[in-house]
Amino acid sequence: MPTSAVEPLPLPEGLQGIVADWSSDQRAFKKVPWGKAMMWIFLVSDTFIFSAFLISYMNVRMSTTDPWPNPGEVFALTLWGNRIPLILIAIMTFILISSSGTMAMAVNFGYRKNRAKTFVLLLITAALGASFVGMQAFEWTKLIVEEGVRPWGNPMGAAQFGSTFFMITGFHGTHVSIGVIFLIIVAIKVLRGDLDRQKPGFLTGRKGNYEIVEIMGLYWHFVDLVWVFIFALFYLW
Amino acid sequence: MAHAEGQQHPIGIYLKIWGLLFILSTASYLVDYFHFQGYLRWTLIIVFMLLKAGLIVSVFMHMLWERLALMYAILVPPLLLLVLLGIGSLEADYTFFTRGVFFFKH
Repeated sequence: MPTSAVEPLPLPEGLQGIVADWSSDQRAFKKVPWGKAMMWIFLVSDTFIFSAFLISYMNVRMSTTDPWPNPGEVFALTLWGNRIPLILIAIMTFILISSSGTMAMAVNFGYRKNRAKTFVLLLITAALGASFVGMQAFEWTKLIVEEGVRPWGNPMGAAQFGSTFFMITGFHGTHVSIGVIFLIIVAIKVLRGDLDRQKPGFLTGRKGNYEIVEIMGLYWHFVDLVWVFIFALFYLW
Repeated sequence: MAHAEGQQHPIGIYLKIWGLLFILSTASYLVDYFHFQGYLRWTLIIVFMLLKAGLIVSVFMHMLWERLALMYAILVPPLLLLVLLGIGSLEADYTFFTRGVFFFKH
């Protein structure tokens, strides 16, 4: 009798499912490619890094006796004669959210094996990410050259403003930049059809698969997620 | 085998979440624009932040459809950060107090 006729038992759900998965003496994360589980675990460690930054920012902001510069004022831009608070940061937020939207759709079209659409959506995501980094470069330049903000002090108030700002946004911007490079690499693989032909990867030798688009997506959504916290806690607070 | 493991959902759900994230971002920007102050401001900022984070993790990152074993392994450990948050704020209060006593410039 062929073994394919035997249906595997359905996996238990709920709390029993957790116990069964972890005690199965097999891989604990079922129905998930291991690359995705590993990306999740990396993202947990990255969560701790960014949280350590944000909590130390809270600590220095609460403990300083100098007034904290008002971010709404510091990051205001004059457009068409009107001074609009935080406008650049708001635009950057919308750009990053849009890039998350196009990324989610790229993952979806990837699993449908729609190469052209996946490639275009990945490229749009990368372009939005690159424009985010560009705006951040503009913001840093304005802050350093015009406002005189330095990591050790600034004319508007507490010296800790500069150090935490450059540390947190710099680390986030680095993540975005790495993500853009990562996106372009995945986009090229999609365009060439490496994932359809299961071509082994250049570095890892693993067979090409549309899972890598979803794994890339996890990283990209995480970058957006971190920005949600930075936007709320640093710029709006 | 591996091919059966991908997450497949209708495009519409991503577009809806995208729209919701835009609305929530606009709302949190308006909190600053209209100069809300005090507890109202902090509450709104935190609520909008957590809603956005929840939407991104659950739908865009597909956590909603993962098995509980992965969900708990990823989402429970960061709760430890609340301890660090507590210690950080206690320590900051104390530092602020001692700075006030010894260094405050009048």
